[in-house]
Amino acid sequence: MAFYFISIVLLGFIAVYALMAVWAERKISAWIQDRVGPVVTGKYGLLQTFADIFKMLQKEDITPTLADKKLFLAAPILVFTAVFMGFATIPFSPTYISSSINIGIFYLLAIVSIEVLGILMAGWASNNKYALLGSIRSIAQIISYEIPAALAILAVIMLFQTLNLQEICMQQGILSKQKIYFFGFWEVSKIGGFFAWTIFQAPHLFIAFIIYFIASLAECNRTPFDIPEAESELVAGFHVEYTGFKFGALFLAEYAMMFLVSMIAAVLFFGGWNTPLPNLASFALADYTTGTYWGIVWILLKALSLVLLQVWIRWTFPRYRMDQLMTLCWKVLIPLSFVLVLFSGIWKLFILN
Amino acid sequence: MSHSLFYLLSFITLFFALLVVFAKNPIHSALYMVMTFFAITCHYLILNAQFLAIVNFIVYMGAIMVLILFSIMFLNLNQATEPQKSSLLKFAGVISAGLLMLTLVGAIVKTGGGDVPFELIKPDIGLVKNLGKVLFNEFLLPFEIASVLLLSAMVGAVLLAKKEIN
Repeated sequence: MAFYFISIVLLGFIAVYALMAVWAERKISAWIQDRVGPVVTGKYGLLQTFADIFKMLQKEDITPTLADKKLFLAAPILVFTAVFMGFATIPFSPTYISSSINIGIFYLLAIVSIEVLGILMAGWASNNKYALLGSIRSIAQIISYEIPAALAILAVIMLFQTLNLQEICMQQGILSKQKIYFFGFWEVSKIGGFFAWTIFQAPHLFIAFIIYFIASLAECNRTPFDIPEAESELVAGFHVEYTGFKFGALFLAEYAMMFLVSMIAAVLFFGGWNTPLPNLASFALADYTTGTYWGIVWILLKALSLVLLQVWIRWTFPRYRMDQLMTLCWKVLIPLSFVLVLFSGIWKLFILN
Repeated sequence: MSHSLFYLLSFITLFFALLVVFAKNPIHSALYMVMTFFAITCHYLILNAQFLAIVNFIVYMGAIMVLILFSIMFLNLNQATEPQKSSLLKFAGVISAGLLMLTLVGAIVKTGGGDVPFELIKPDIGLVKNLGKVLFNEFLLPFEIASVLLLSAMVGAVLLAKKEIN
């Protein structure tokens, strides 16, 4: 029963989050570019995206005459389902995780690869050259960037020796059963806080986070890697033919995907539901701020800050060119992440023993 | 419970496998193949091989099928442009498929078949830890040989794709 309740709450939360994220993105972009952004609808324009979505729902649902109708309909459903399925293995607090399976992070990598199929179906079924080009670019990019992302994740899970995301979280805070070392020399198992987070457990893991973050930007088709949707070249990429509710579903899925990859980054690198406040001297801040409700607050704060970072990057950097994008992935990120995996093995064998 | 699940999954697998062959449109055919692989992934799950299930999922559905779809899209296949296969090729296809079937039937007869479709001797055999231990102790040599084979295939692919510089 609780399972159904939580999944419905999660669906509602993602819908509201996506709407607010669109509003926040518009406000932040306005602030970065010295504009005002949406101001008319509601206080500070807060209701702008609600108005947009209501407009979108009223629009005529057009399917192009020569489109492949079944695939055209199935693609947005597949994309959104795939992204939403990913939240099943994310731990929200020490006591709550929807499905504590022992292949958690591996399952998430698989889920991300389903989204590719949906994009491919959308691009091909539209029977439109721009859509096809957009989806081809998107697939080439996502498949390539899956590799550095997976290797960066591998560098982390080699240290924790588990694929279960709840156990990975456990090993980054005061609830850990193993000993945690800050950069390998200072035991912080009882101190916790940000000292125990993955990125502070070994010096190379911060680089692993940066690689993962770059790869996750590419997997979400976000700037500077948004060439699948490059407006100046491809109109709108793979979703150019989509209207009304189907377009809304694809749009929602994109923001849900940003949130999902940020959640994964928060769990793997920033301690998940663990508190950033350490137990120092007589102030047992970590003991006080660890728990079910605190856990939900911390993980959401961490994930939303990473989403904010993605938005900030979008409005700061220009778009990459296709060949630059591939060069960055295959000649820089993949060799670097292989080195990180090797370093993780050495760290585990020689420093932590 | 798991018996009926097994039969349901087998039905789905065979149904989509047949659709792969009978579909007129190559893209539809490839997508039915994705569904077939998905059903096979579920087979792995009911055998408790969770790690292998996800590997199957990522490698076949996520990588290989996407690459196949990707290349089909570029080729722009339709019935008019499809060349008629010669009868020799068709004959060779029938013979090789028949040999494969013979091997499979022979293997099933040899292992005894039995009325229980599947049985787990060690239920935790499919977990990552056990799989890794088995791979790096008992089957180290075949594992290493397989990886060398894959590496040589990779080098070969790079060589084929590389332009000749004269």
